[in-house]
Amino acid sequence: MKRRSFLKIAGLGLVGACGVPVAQAMARAGSTAPAPNASNGKRWAMVIDEKKCLTKSGCQACVLACHKGHNVPTMSESRHDVKWIWKEQFVNVFPERVTPYTPAAMKERPTLVVCNHCDNPPCVRVCPTQATWKRPDGLVAMDEHRCIGCRYCVTACPYGARSFNWEDPRPHIVGELTDYPTRTKGVVEKCTFCAERLAVGKRPLCVEACEGIGCGALVFGDLGDPNSAVSALVRGSELGRRKPELGTSPHVFYIL
Amino acid sequence: MLEKALTGSRGYWTLLAALFALVVVGLVTYLQQFAQGLGLTGLSRDVPWGLYISQFTFLVGVAASAVMVVLPYYVHHYKAFGKLAILGEFLAIPACFMCVLFIFVDMGQPRRVINIILHPTPHSVMFWDMIVLNGYLLLNVVISRATFRAERAGRPPPGWVKPIIYLSVPWAVSIHTVTAFLYCGLAARPFWLTAILAPRFLASAFASGPSLLILLALLVRRVTKFDAGKEAIAKLGEIVAYGMSVNIFFVGLEIFTAFYSGRPEEIEHFTYLYAGLHGHHVLAPWMWASLALSALALVLLLVPSLRRNESVLVVACLAVVGALWIDKGLGMVVTGFVPSPLGHVTEYWPTGREMLIALGIYALGGLVLTVLYKIATTVREELEA
Repeated sequence: MKRRSFLKIAGLGLVGACGVPVAQAMARAGSTAPAPNASNGKRWAMVIDEKKCLTKSGCQACVLACHKGHNVPTMSESRHDVKWIWKEQFVNVFPERVTPYTPAAMKERPTLVVCNHCDNPPCVRVCPTQATWKRPDGLVAMDEHRCIGCRYCVTACPYGARSFNWEDPRPHIVGELTDYPTRTKGVVEKCTFCAERLAVGKRPLCVEACEGIGCGALVFGDLGDPNSAVSALVRGSELGRRKPELGTSPHVFYIL
Repeated sequence: MLEKALTGSRGYWTLLAALFALVVVGLVTYLQQFAQGLGLTGLSRDVPWGLYISQFTFLVGVAASAVMVVLPYYVHHYKAFGKLAILGEFLAIPACFMCVLFIFVDMGQPRRVINIILHPTPHSVMFWDMIVLNGYLLLNVVISRATFRAERAGRPPPGWVKPIIYLSVPWAVSIHTVTAFLYCGLAARPFWLTAILAPRFLASAFASGPSLLILLALLVRRVTKFDAGKEAIAKLGEIVAYGMSVNIFFVGLEIFTAFYSGRPEEIEHFTYLYAGLHGHHVLAPWMWASLALSALALVLLLVPSLRRNESVLVVACLAVVGALWIDKGLGMVVTGFVPSPLGHVTEYWPTGREMLIALGIYALGGLVLTVLYKIATTVREELEA
């Protein structure tokens, strides 16, 4: 046998030997069918009822539930903060709804902000690796394992909804949960509308927490279902959306 | 050809050693950043891009400016640029190289950068920027190698390189246009959301790049027998005068549109840049220095008798490089983030370690440039001997 043909056969053999476990792994990966109890929405959306939210002054129930449930770290330096859902002053969230005569208390009232899961998300458009993408059900999803940490999405998001891990977040997680992954340094993360819970028929943590304290300011559901609570709210009330003029079409609506 | 870089004077080796030392310091500091994360920079939630991305933006301009000698020499057969052309091409190579490195050190997960190629994403401008930058680097390596070899052998450049040279002209424009698109395509950042950003980038590139080239050519003339020629330097000075005038005109257009229209979201950024916002004004003194340098440069460049005096031209070129470095390498990127979309005013200033990493990349670029210029000048000296 010539050396050349020996190498060819040996090479093929090696590929085959490696190929078998790869093929097996792929076959296993192929069996990740949706859970039978998964919630299948056509267009997930959220309505935030500001009036109800304001009745619970100083409430952080949704923020704590989300950050706890998703292993969001509490950084020591605020410039390195990671946030999925938090409260901002009203004037910063809806600057166009404030006049020079709006009283300070109204201007500064705490207003809940999250990722808007836009129809036309600029973050998805700019990501060079498709580490963030738009799901058919409206969620803007994020793969922290593919993210290269370029922060182009952070720059492109008009809502400041994306957080970068400036340092290793793990030492800063208080009471780490084992049923949700932690992230590594150098990647971007954000609210996912609790994709992991929708997959097993549950609703987002923030929504459950808000109901849990008897407030019910957060309503989540499928706009594709005409009988859902969110569908009724978007039809029946005058709603606000953040920066609609940018053409992103946010799907977090506000009752102001 | 590389053997020409292996023999040299004491000064040459001292320069290489000094640059190498800075590269080592930069590398060691980068390893710290690699271990700890980008938290060791001055960047933050509100200002996610800073010194690194700004240097990338500035250096894209330096790389693109090679076209200002390539175009007259190869397309218009302007013979006076014969010697300058190689210096221009040899400047573009380390400039591109530094651009790529500045992007690389800005990555949160540098081990995964290959994902840009594994998952090509044409709807991301960053994907295109990667293509045009690496393409331009390759074009300049191929062109300078072919033309330089031919020159050394006393032959005209080979026929196949001509179309590549022509291709490099629009390609040079593309690298700075695509880099501008990185910024001006974002509705979230009113400061950058202006159609004039790409032309403005090009104008400032065609002022700062040739200025740097003049300074380098004059330096080369001092330390070697390589003389780019008085006429070539003077012509390049004229190009700088045009580039700088157009750049200042474009900046004026931006300021007019922002302030006369009275749109607060644009005014706020310019106000932060030149006067500060809510008591935060770390960039303001730099920007006024940039304006003063621009004004000085403009006077020195526009008066022909001043511009033609090489000592005055040196001052003018230093002023242009300084003014435009402050504008692009310091102010332009950061100001897009202040105030943030949520109205927060968070200031950014690079940390010492961040500056060391940046300095290390500049030193590495300087090292490549020194070696390339050493080869070019030695071969020239031999040809003329």
